[in-house]
Formats: sequence, structure tokens, C-alpha cells
Amino acid sequence: MLEPVNVSLESLNLMTLAPMLIPIIGALLILIIDIIKGGLDKTLYVMISILFLLMDLGAIADSAGLFSAGGTIMGVFDVMLIDGLAIISQLIIVGASLLFIPLALTHKRFHEFSYPEFFALFLFMLGGFQFMVATDNLILIFVGLETASLALYTMIAMHNRDKSFEAAVKYFTMGALAAGFFSFGSMIFYALTGSVEINQIASVLGANGFADMSFVLVGVVFILAALGFKLSLVPFHTWAPDVYEGSSAALAGFMSIVPKIAVFIVAMRIFEFLIHSGVVWLEIILYAVVVITMTMANIWALVQTDVKRMLAYSSISHAGFVMAAVLIGTTQSNSALFLYWILFSFTNLGAFSMLWISRQKHLPLHQSSDHSYSKFAGMIQTAPVAATIMGLFMLSLAGLPPFALFWGKLYMISSAVTGGYTILALIMALNSAIAGYYYLKLIVFMFMREPVINKDGHVFVSNATTPLKTIIGFAAVGTIFAFVAVNPLLEFITALVYKSGY
Amino acid sequence: MLDNILSILIFFPAVAAIFGFAVAKDSIRAYGVSVAFIEFALSLLLWFSFDSNVSGMQFMEQLPLVPAFGINYILGVDGISLFIIILAAFFTMIGIASLTDTKNVKNMIITLLFLQMTMVGVFAALDAIVFYVFWELSLVPMLYIIGAWGGPLRIYASVKFFLYTFAGSLVMLVGMLFMAYFYYQATGVWSFAILDWYRLILPETFQLWLFGAFFIGFAIKVPMFPFHTWLPYAHGQAPTVGSVILAAILLKMGTYAFIRFSLPMFPDASVFFMFPIAAVAIIMIIYTAMVAYAQEDVKQVVAYSSVSHMGVIILGTFALNVEGITGSVFLMIAHGVVSGALFLLVGVIYDRRHTKMMSEFGGLASVMPRFATIFGIMMMASVGLPLTINFVGEFLSLLGFYQQSHILTLLAGIAIIVGAIYMLAAYKKMFFGEVTNEKNKNLPDVNKRELIALVPLVIITVWLGIYPKPVLEPINNSVESVVQLMHDKSITEEAKKRIPNLNEGVEMTRSAQEAH
Repeated sequence: MLEPVNVSLESLNLMTLAPMLIPIIGALLILIIDIIKGGLDKTLYVMISILFLLMDLGAIADSAGLFSAGGTIMGVFDVMLIDGLAIISQLIIVGASLLFIPLALTHKRFHEFSYPEFFALFLFMLGGFQFMVATDNLILIFVGLETASLALYTMIAMHNRDKSFEAAVKYFTMGALAAGFFSFGSMIFYALTGSVEINQIASVLGANGFADMSFVLVGVVFILAALGFKLSLVPFHTWAPDVYEGSSAALAGFMSIVPKIAVFIVAMRIFEFLIHSGVVWLEIILYAVVVITMTMANIWALVQTDVKRMLAYSSISHAGFVMAAVLIGTTQSNSALFLYWILFSFTNLGAFSMLWISRQKHLPLHQSSDHSYSKFAGMIQTAPVAATIMGLFMLSLAGLPPFALFWGKLYMISSAVTGGYTILALIMALNSAIAGYYYLKLIVFMFMREPVINKDGHVFVSNATTPLKTIIGFAAVGTIFAFVAVNPLLEFITALVYKSGY
Repeated sequence: MLDNILSILIFFPAVAAIFGFAVAKDSIRAYGVSVAFIEFALSLLLWFSFDSNVSGMQFMEQLPLVPAFGINYILGVDGISLFIIILAAFFTMIGIASLTDTKNVKNMIITLLFLQMTMVGVFAALDAIVFYVFWELSLVPMLYIIGAWGGPLRIYASVKFFLYTFAGSLVMLVGMLFMAYFYYQATGVWSFAILDWYRLILPETFQLWLFGAFFIGFAIKVPMFPFHTWLPYAHGQAPTVGSVILAAILLKMGTYAFIRFSLPMFPDASVFFMFPIAAVAIIMIIYTAMVAYAQEDVKQVVAYSSVSHMGVIILGTFALNVEGITGSVFLMIAHGVVSGALFLLVGVIYDRRHTKMMSEFGGLASVMPRFATIFGIMMMASVGLPLTINFVGEFLSLLGFYQQSHILTLLAGIAIIVGAIYMLAAYKKMFFGEVTNEKNKNLPDVNKRELIALVPLVIITVWLGIYPKPVLEPINNSVESVVQLMHDKSITEEAKKRIPNLNEGVEMTRSAQEAH
């Protein structure tokens, strides 16, 4: 005899869904507008996206207020979980998107921006990422991840070059494999514990003292491989340089930030309790992955001849660097992860935007690829301001003080020192030194070599419009004056992370 | 104004450099010289209002930067850093004034002004992270100066310079983070303030590791053997002004940091490593002197002799007593003046002949008598002739180390004398004999602009050689407090024995008086 279940609407706490639903509504609105009247200009869609992102930001701020007043909020049959991690990561996701979407307002016309679907997909993707970070239900994480990824594959392909199709298909294939891994890993955990909620899994495993150790390890390996694909950790990174090369520079910059922070949150939620429960093998595996990712990506980056591919490898290396925070697993390291990623998003989006505004429609003869190093030779003589700003982003990425990323590196290495990972701290420091070389290489080309053929600096800013310049200026100012923002950021992040129990 | 004079000294050149972008190209030199002159005048004002009887920090400034993590913007000078700051201001001024026809002269002058900001910042910072910020930032202008205005191998040289120092200082950064963590464990608050760290007494094993971490950063900068290989390239390829600033100021950052960080924070480790480091310093003196003798390029001779003398500075520093450290700080200034002047002199002849090969010269004394005279004085000073500035520093350094080890000091003393050989040989090859090369017959002697740069250096060399007291006294006062701090903090017997207790004498006379 089935008993009727009464669910009151209040207990569902539907307000927890608001931040995710706003971009989805925005996406639907864009589609409706297109149905009613087609052929509208991209500026309309950009502005609509910005409006919805701002509303989204408001909704997140609202839940941040509720969280700081009353602690973690659960909703919708306890599937939604709004804690400090969810709030900060959503702020990063939406904030970086706000910087990204105006990059569509280029001087030249590009194929993908003429479709309103591009912007609709973009907003759907954001909804997916936001679902991913605001839950500890493995199924909802999976759904969010796939929603976002499928939208992203399509957006890459819309760039409409041979390389873009290659990139999209490659990303799709790898992503499908990762999705398979993820569901397989979740299945094992479900089989072991009878739950797909991470906190339930943790408590059941903790209660029986990790009796089925070998199965836990198999599950962990599958999940790690799945997340590794998305985070482009070595050896699951092979798609990253090709995909970055194939997609537009703006989208590549976006991909190096937003999808990764979402996956980092999932990694934190899953691995944190496993590491603290003393699963020794997991620590060793993670340690190895972190060190190999950092080091190998740096070494590969040294030999690249294309700036965009170099930046792709550098993003891989940065991801490995930040993955160390998950390994260390203290409040300080988790705060460092967010601090690092916020500062990184400024700098990296700035660097990719600089490539974006120098995008050429047709390759000149002396260039083997669109952003080869030789293209930037002698840039200081032809476009001094652009060269200085690009140099600034490179120095920041290299971790030179007092620019933005230095503070993230400082706090991250400090968390390794505090957490007792002395060797790791040294490896991280030395990797920064290796990385210094390839960032320096671009600076050498820009500042110390003679221009190859043309003495015309226009090519470096050919794509620039006022909105793009504003964004780059914003990123540059943020990079230089980061030291002012570090303290409030750090206090805010630490408070939220600490309150969420990480 | 005096309350913020250090901040003004640091940021005035940087602000002026930003405004410099608006100055027209043909007027930029006058702008640069005036800015550097104002900066130099300010640094003299700092000296004038400096109370040389106080041994501690003066003109302290404090501003929170990242208080949640214990990073504060703290500045201050004592007798040790005061004169290096003045030297930095002085050499930037001379460097800009003596610039010969350079392409992109505007970029060069703006870069030099930024470089000046970082140099003053390093010597005025009293917070480890602020120190690190300026320390690292100083690499960028130098990279640009070597890489954009250097010789044929300039890119290799500049990248090598950057990566070497960058790698070393990252290891140092890990050391700093450890130090802050130990402070946090001991007191419960994060702090990167150097004066806070001075109060921390660490167990010996920790000291040894941390000393090692800091040592790598500093030793590469000095540069100590075997980390010195970047320096000859950097000097060989750098334009004259780059070499002058590099030798006169940037290298001093390493030796200064030893006195500011390593000695007072890790006194036991300093004693533990005293003899190994002294041995390295002596190898450095002898080996680089021999290499210098084998050079055919006069700039390389000066570069290697500069490394050789840095060895004496290290030796004096690790004497760990008042004479030795005072001597080494004084020698830093002396070395700055003398090697800076020698690089300027090499630049003078390079501008005329566009070669630095000694075989191309010969008999210059008859063609350029004034040039030969100034070169002669500076060379004698470099060799350590009494009554020149270098002699005071070298003598005190060796005197200090004599109290620790007679034999090593003897070796170092002999090495310095041997060192005179290569300088005199180089001088002979260039200036004496007949003028054999046609091109040298009609070389013009030093002109007015070059004299303006060189004559003050000659005056300083002789003045401080005869009467070093105005500089020596403030240095001595500050060094005494450092040595006393080291003695009080040290925990091993060996360290207590090696580092003199300065209060002992005072206490003995006091107890003797009480006995009466």
C-alpha cells in the first residue's frame, strides 16, 4: 500500500534554482526573439546576454547573503546545495562570462556571432556549469556537465574553419569518453554505498571503514580520469592544444577558465573527503598527476612555435598547479585555489583577448600559423601600447610580482608549505621558473627583435573596437593593481570556504 | 615630507618615468638627468637628516597591504642600506648623463628610471614580500636593457640573466614562506616583516635548510662561484650603462641581502656554513682573477675582476664580526664606485673605436693622457692601493676574517695581490708602448660630458680613501647592532664563540666600576 507523500512547496526551497534558471530563461528568450524576427544584429544578443548575466549575478549575491546568514542551503529534495564553494565558483563563472561575451563585438565579422544560437548555447552552457557546482548529487553533476559540454562543442564548431571542426570533433570524442568514465565511476560508488549524494557516500564509506578498498580505488580512478579530461590533466590533456588552436582565441581563453573552475569544484567535493580518510593510494596518484601535469605541460610549452598553443600548454600547467590545492586539502589551499583562479581569469582572458584583437582573416606568407611568434617580432616599434600590455600579461602569467598571478602563486605555495608538502612547494616554485622561459620568449620577440616584414602595427589591433579595448584595459588594470584587491578577496574567500567546511 | 621620504625616493622615478612618455624625444635626456638629479638630491637629504648615532631603523613607514596574510608595506633605512640607496641614485644620474648616442633613447631613459625605482625599493624594504617584489621587478628593466641595446648575443645573455636569477629567487620565496609559517606557528599571526622575523629563534636544523634556500637566491645574484656564469655574458653583451648599473648596484642586492636576511635570522647556520662559504669566496677570488688574466676583451677583464672583488665582500660578510661586516658594507660601496667607473671608462673607449679587444689598442697614454690618468687611478683603486676607497673596505674585511682563520685570510690576501697582476697587465697592453695601430693615432681625449661623469667618481674614490669616517661611522653603528643581535640569538656553543658579544666589554667595565 503506497502512502501518499506530502511535499510542501516551501520545503523545496525553489529559490535555490534561481541563479541557474536565469541564464536558461535568457537563452530561451534569445531563441524566441529569433523566431519572431530573424536577422537581428549581434549587438542585441550580446546586450541581452549581459543583462541576464547581471541578473544572474544579483541572484547569486542574494544566495550569498542567505548563506552568510544561515549557513548551507539545501533545496529541491536536497539535490541543490548552495554553500560557499558554489557561491564563489558561480561568481567566477558569471564574472568571467561577463568579460568574455563582449569580445563578440569585434571589428571584423565572424561567422559564429551572426547566429543567435551562439548566444543561446552560451547561456545554456552557463546554466549547466552552475548546476554542476551547486549540487553534490553525482547525477545532477553529470547532467550539468553534459549540458555545458554539448553546448561548448557546438560553439567551437561554429567558428567555421577546418581546424574548428577538427577541434570540435576531437573535444566531443574525448568528452564522450570522459562522460562514460564519469558515469562508470558514479555507478561503482552507487554500488558500494547505495547513494549518489557525495556526503552520503562519504558517511557510508566512513562508517564501514573503507572495507571495499579496491572498489573505491577503481571508482576513484574512473572519476579522476573523467575530471582529468575536463581539467586537461596529463595524460588526459591531448585534446587541449588542438581544441584551443581550433577555436577562436576568445573562446579558448574562456575555455581555459570557466569549465575548469566548475570541474575543480566537483573535484574538491569528491576528493576532499577521500584524501582526508587516509586513502593512501589516492594521495600518491593525485601527487603524481599534479607534478606530471605541471612539469610536462611546461616542457611542451617550451617548444611551441605558436603563441596560442603555448598559452594552451600554459593553461594545462596552471591547471596542474591549482590541482595541488585539491591534493593539499586545507582551508588555506582551497582558498588559494579560488584566489588563484580569480586572478588567473583576469590575466588569461586578457592574454587571449590580445590574440583575439590581432586575429587575421587571411594568413600572410611569412606566417606558418595565425599567432606564430614571428608575427609578434618587433611589436614594440609598431604597436608599443599593445606590446606593453601583452608583455604585462606574460609577466603576470609567469608569476612576476607585483602582478596579479604572483599573489595567487604566493598563497598557493604557502598553502603547500603550511600543509606539510615541502617537496611539492619546491616543485611548484621551480616549475614557475621553467614557465618563465616561454613567457619570456614572447617578450623577447616583441621587445628585442626586429619586425619581420611589415612595419605596420595595425595588424595587432585590427580587430579592436571600443568594447574590446575596454575589456583589455580592465584586465590590464586588474593585473597591475591586483595587490589592492588581494586582501578583501582573500578575506571574503576564506570566510566562505571555511564556513562551507572545506 | 621627511616622514615619507623613502616612499618618495622609491616612487618618484617611476612616476617621472610615466610622465616621461609625454616628453619629446630630443628633450628626453635633459628630462632624465633632471629627474635623476632631483632623486639624488633627495637621497642626499636623506643622508643629511639621518641620525648616524642611532643604530636601528629610521624613517620607518608602514601601510597594510594584505593584512590577512601578514604582508605590509614597511620601509626603513639604517646605516647599512643608506649609502647603497645614495649610490643607486648617484649611478642612475651618472648613467643617464653619460649616455652616448643610443637608438630609442627615450625607451632607455624611461627604463632606467623604472630600474631606479626597483633598486631603491629593494634596499628600503623591511617586509620580505615587498623586498621580493622589488627584487624580482628589477629583472625586467635589466632584461630589456641588455636584450634591446646589447651586443650580438644580447638575447641569449638577457634571457640567461633573467632565468638564472628568477629560478634562484623562487627557491628563496619558498624559504620566505617557510619563515612566515614558522613565525605563524610560534606566534599565531602571519607576518613577513623582517624585524618580526629577527625576533624568531629557530632550531639549528631549520636554520640550515632555510639558510640554504635563501642562499641559492642570494648567491646567484652576487654571483658566487659556481653560479657566476651568467654574469660575464650579461656584462659582455650589455650596453655601457647596463654594465655600470649591474656592477654598481644590482650585484649589491645579493650581498646586502646576506646581511639583511641570512646573518641575523640564521646566526647558527651562518657559523655552520662560514668556512664552506669562505672557501667558495676564496676560490671565487682566485679563479676569476685567473680567468680575468686570460681575457682579451677589456670589458671581460673588468667583469671578472668585479666578480673577484665580490668574493672579498662575501668573505668580509662571513667574518661575522663588526670589522668584517662593516668592511664588506663599505666595500660594496667602494666596489660600486670603482667598477662602475671602470665600466664607464671601457664605454668611453668603445664609443671611439667600437671594439673592446686589448690587442687593438696600445700606447693610448700618449694619445689620450687624461683618459689614461683617470683609468690609472681607477685601476689602482680596483687593485686596492692604500688611500683609495677599495683599500679601506678590503683591509677591514680581511681584518675581520683574520680573527676567524689566519690561513684563509692569508690566501685571500695573496689572491688580491695576485689580482693586481691582471689589472696592471691590461693597463700595460692598452696604454703603454708605441701607438702601433693607425686608427688609434687621432683619438680624441675624454670630452666634457664624460668628464662630468668621471671626475666625481675620482673625487669620491680619493676622498673616501683618505677620510672614510662619515660613511664608516653610520655603517659601523648599524653593524654593531646586527652582530649583537646575532650573538644574542645564537644557540650553539660554536656560534656563541665565533660571534663576538659586544656588550661584554661594556659589562666588564661596569662590573669593574661597581667593584670600586
